[in-house]
Amino acid sequence: MAAVLTARLSEADVRAALGTVVDPELDEPITDVGFVRSVAVTEGPAGAAVEVHLRLPTSFCAPNFAWLMVSDAHDAVSAVPGVASVVVELDDHSDSDLINRGLAAGLGYRGTFGHEAEDSLDGLRATFRRKAHTAAMERALTALLRRDRALDVAALTLGDLPAGEHTTAALLRRREALGLPTDPAAPVLVHDDGSRPDPAQAEAVLRRARSVRISVDGNAHFCRGLLTTRYPGSEADQTPRPDDRPLIPLEVRS
Amino acid sequence: MYTKDGEQYYVVDSHIALWDARPENQRNIHGKQFIDCFYDYHRNLSPESEVWGYEEYLYQGGERLMRDVFADGIVDHAVFQPARLAEFYHRGFGQTEEAFALAQAHPDKLTYNHYWDPRDGENGLDALRANAERMNLQGVKLYTADWHGESRGWKLTDPMAYRYLEACRELGIRNIHIHKGPTIRPLDRDAFDVADVDHAATDFTDLDFVVEHCGLPRLEDFCWIATQEPNVYAGLAVAIPFIHTRPRYFAQIMGELVYWLGEDRILFASDYALWTPKWLVERFVDFQIPEDMTEYAPLSTEVKKKVLGLNAARLYGLDVPEHLRLPGADETQTGPREPAAADLASV
Repeated sequence: MAAVLTARLSEADVRAALGTVVDPELDEPITDVGFVRSVAVTEGPAGAAVEVHLRLPTSFCAPNFAWLMVSDAHDAVSAVPGVASVVVELDDHSDSDLINRGLAAGLGYRGTFGHEAEDSLDGLRATFRRKAHTAAMERALTALLRRDRALDVAALTLGDLPAGEHTTAALLRRREALGLPTDPAAPVLVHDDGSRPDPAQAEAVLRRARSVRISVDGNAHFCRGLLTTRYPGSEADQTPRPDDRPLIPLEVRS
Repeated sequence: MYTKDGEQYYVVDSHIALWDARPENQRNIHGKQFIDCFYDYHRNLSPESEVWGYEEYLYQGGERLMRDVFADGIVDHAVFQPARLAEFYHRGFGQTEEAFALAQAHPDKLTYNHYWDPRDGENGLDALRANAERMNLQGVKLYTADWHGESRGWKLTDPMAYRYLEACRELGIRNIHIHKGPTIRPLDRDAFDVADVDHAATDFTDLDFVVEHCGLPRLEDFCWIATQEPNVYAGLAVAIPFIHTRPRYFAQIMGELVYWLGEDRILFASDYALWTPKWLVERFVDFQIPEDMTEYAPLSTEVKKKVLGLNAARLYGLDVPEHLRLPGADETQTGPREPAAADLASV
């Protein structure tokens, strides 16, 4: 019988898979914000058994977001070649028992939470994909405006954005995710559906986008900070917020 | 009253609590999780000199509350905004009788607001009427994410909630404080917007809706509805302590609120005992929007006086000494303010 050469599954493979799971509200991978508490891989005859523990900044982080991240993590790890079984558990949450049981039994979101739950979390995902795009659009525009206040925001196209800048790349990525045009002639300032605002509305559209961006960034800082308060040492598991979002430096004064 | 650099500020702390989260009052694990979450907010956002020990954080009692809230005579008046959380605590989280008695003992300094929950049905309506009379209620604090039996939340637009709002109107309870922010969230209902406030504010134009925690973490949704409804206010509880650890974030929150709501509809609050008001007032008076944030106009002394106390004094009919008032406080307006002052916006 010929020996089958298979690479052993490593913890790094599992973490790479978990890196595709995003906290929709913060628009960051759960691996960057320190939500992955532990990864254990045990090789067996049929393949690897993987156990992942996740943690969140508070016991009461929104249960729908918690479910989304935990079930996405389960899906992502299950899809890694060589994985035979997966257990993903959420630790120290007000709904830990409910979520962990529901996930293990494959009950789905509604099956787990019952009558007050929406049938699907697709709407939630869509809302936050839109917000991520809106925030990226505002970052790209405000970065330019701080250099040149006389810019005509409504007239800017993607080709006018500095190529190679993180803010530009981030905006293009989020436009792709939404199916919005990414060609150089496409306007930068758009409504959620990709349509160009009337020039008279441009200011209001930008201002509203700014309040979205401030919410997203503010949540990211608060959640990162609370996680390190709740789990001392978890700073080591966080990577700095990417520099495509440079507008609120995280500044801790003592 | 707070005095700094020759300016005098009348101060109203529009959101305080007298809570009891000691183990003997915790009904289950959630009671512990809830206060632990508060304690983490407290530790995460407070200056080191203001951090309390865990034991003293669980319960303060009236005597200590009076010392903490009215320290150095800075706060002139404070308003109780209790949370019930009956599923987490045997005797509830906010201590109704203790707080009410304290308010009766110090009527010049304290106002007691109570709560209601439409899921209490007809009995709750009767209780509201009785409480309104006994407590002479001017306001209520509503927590739409509170658990209630199998339910994980409700909306201001639920038909039963409208009956309670109608009762408030009839009973002269004008100030509707509604919790929209951390800690617990409704499961799906209302999970990412404040749309129910929008509807209620439109249908009850004679009531004032103070959105506590200004809708964080959904500031944008809150600003959008508040700019259109003249009877919607922003409560700064939980937002203002960012002034210490994340001053640039706080600057942007203030910049956005002043832009969308104007300076007449923002209310200072410490959220005591989450934080104490003294250091927050001192920091806020010294605070300014960083110069590189050219998209926002600086905060004037007049804006700070309104936010710290004059706006809340108007809502609660407090008698502000003549020398602490501002001339000609106008009716509140709708729509974004002074776009020209925010230079980036005018490009």
